[in-house]
Amino acid sequence: MADPILELIGVRKSYNQGTPVETEVLHGIDLAMAPGEFCALIGPSGSGKSTLLNIIGLLDRPTGGKLLIGERDTAALDDAGLTALRGETIGFVFQNHHLITAFTALENVMMPILVGRGFPNGEMAQRADRLLEQVGLAAWRNAKVNNLSGGQQQRVAIARALARQPAIVLADEPTGNLDTKAAESVFELMREINRREGTSFLIVTHNLSLADRCDRTIEVVDGKILSDRKAAA
Amino acid sequence: MNRLLPFEWIAATRFLREGAVQTLLIITGVGVGVGVVVFMSALLTGLQASFLQRMFSSQAQIVLRPPDEVARPLRRESDGFVVLATVLKPEQRLRSIDQWQKVRDLTKDIGGIITVSPMASGAGFAVRGEASKSISLMGIEPAQFFKIVDIPGKIVAGTVRLNAGDIVIGTELAQDLGVAVNDKLRVTTATGASQTLTITGIFDLGNRGSNERNTYVALRTAQTMLDLTGGVTSIDVTVKDVYAAEEIAQEITAATGVEADSWIKTNADFFSFIGSQNMSNAAIRIFVSLSVAFGIASVLVVSVVQRSREIGILRAMGASRGQILRVFLLQGAVVGFLGSLFGSALGWGILAVWRSYAKHADGTALFDVTMEPRLLAMAAVLATLTGLAAAILPAMRAARLEPVVAIRG
Ligand SMILES: Nc1ncnc2c1ncn2[C@@H]1O[C@H](COP(=O)(O)OP(=O)(O)O)[C@@H](O)[C@H]1O
Ligand SMILES: [Mg+2]
Repeated sequence: MADPILELIGVRKSYNQGTPVETEVLHGIDLAMAPGEFCALIGPSGSGKSTLLNIIGLLDRPTGGKLLIGERDTAALDDAGLTALRGETIGFVFQNHHLITAFTALENVMMPILVGRGFPNGEMAQRADRLLEQVGLAAWRNAKVNNLSGGQQQRVAIARALARQPAIVLADEPTGNLDTKAAESVFELMREINRREGTSFLIVTHNLSLADRCDRTIEVVDGKILSDRKAAA
Repeated sequence: MNRLLPFEWIAATRFLREGAVQTLLIITGVGVGVGVVVFMSALLTGLQASFLQRMFSSQAQIVLRPPDEVARPLRRESDGFVVLATVLKPEQRLRSIDQWQKVRDLTKDIGGIITVSPMASGAGFAVRGEASKSISLMGIEPAQFFKIVDIPGKIVAGTVRLNAGDIVIGTELAQDLGVAVNDKLRVTTATGASQTLTITGIFDLGNRGSNERNTYVALRTAQTMLDLTGGVTSIDVTVKDVYAAEEIAQEITAATGVEADSWIKTNADFFSFIGSQNMSNAAIRIFVSLSVAFGIASVLVVSVVQRSREIGILRAMGASRGQILRVFLLQGAVVGFLGSLFGSALGWGILAVWRSYAKHADGTALFDVTMEPRLLAMAAVLATLTGLAAAILPAMRAARLEPVVAIRG
């Protein structure tokens, strides 16, 4: 296996640490992902999938264990360091679209590059246009995101996640709020981008038939990895 | 997106535009506050300027005078025993300023001075037939004096020619004595000197007392009639910055040794009135700024709560805490600035309404009030800074939001 793009070693997470209601929700997770892997993360509700995704995405810190991103120990990074690393290496797709309604579809896609660079430029707009084209929304570039359907919004979110060419896209139930047809096409889009661009994906899903079509399926139950299977090639 | 504008500016203005109703309401609130302050400041400035203008259209800001003669108690020569302790003030005969030409030249060299005008004045009587009126005879150098008191502009009959035998008098005196331009007038002074003068002009200073008493003659004429032999009784000085008059007066005294009284000292009451006016205006400004600041802050606090999810997304996409902080600081500043524009327009409107009411019976303005660009610029800067300051706490709250909490919420 090539060098992993990320590695978790005995990662633990407790909420409300140091208080009487302290609860550990992740009990020592060991996990590594290779470049270009297309993984499903499954498990019952409340098992800790979102918590795990937030930790991998550097939105939250583990309370125990180690998280390496490209061999780099993230424990050593301060908030600004985490923010910079997050912007460069990780793309997010959330369940509830999470687009910014004050901006157009195109501007939403540009946003990660804009916050990274500080000032807008033509190159960003071109890249955002190409990405919108890839997700089949070129005609909607100037649309207000509120006027898009749920499936369309999720496509914009995927284009946005890819804006800075991240090593990995983390998607938390990206199809959870979509009808079967829209869910299918959003899933296919991610799969296609993974094949063409080699971007890794880690997708939380409750849809087992979609999970079956991933390279690898990781099952979390009660804060532990219960199974980790690779699909037969 | 304009490439010259940073992410923070783009996000701030978009957020404000998206919450248009909230934004317009708070801009209106800021505007009303700024409008009141701008109107009040303009009114106060205009009022004070018109007071000063009226005051200095008939008097100089600094007057140089010879010292009073001091009355000393009488002492016995042998042992210094006080024989006569209560003394009457000696009768003040006209005293002149020693070497006044030199004093005038020294005064001219001091910075910030516009005009230096010597005067020889004393009491007298104007007689015409049976009628006789007491007057104040003022000998002047027209070229200097008219820069201080615009007699030529106040002439209602004749001209202001002031040759050796000429006199210019006020409308009341002319009426009381029944004289007109080119008539002769006999003037007698306390020293007993008497001369017949030709009335060349009649003025109206807009003040009964002055029109009754003030008469102007050439400096030489007055010197002769008042027995001053080339001396002057006072020197009037006008300065560029009327509020610096007291310091300049002290400089003059230091340079010439002659006592110099500024209007600030002689009108101490008026001056403290201006001071208290300015202070109450400042207090109003502070309270308006405070209420503007609280208004902006409360709107922004709500906006931070409403946008916490978007803040979380921006943070997830790599926006730093500093960037989030600035997005909200800018919103405060922009609201303050736009509010000040609206407020300036509003203040201007209030002023226009005020102008149409505050009039003399004859329709002329009570006094001139102008809205100086400097006042509007200052209002804009102050309102912008107030908005910025008001945004500090909400912006810090926004910047402190943990992305994971913000997104879940
Ligand atoms: N901020 C939090 N504070 C306290 N408990 C939390 C918090 N977030 C999640 N949890 C708890 O942690 C557990 C795992 O939650 P989550 O990671 O959201 O699970 P999943 O995404 O698999 O449904 C749940 O029991 C949930 O109640
Ligand atoms: Mg979840």
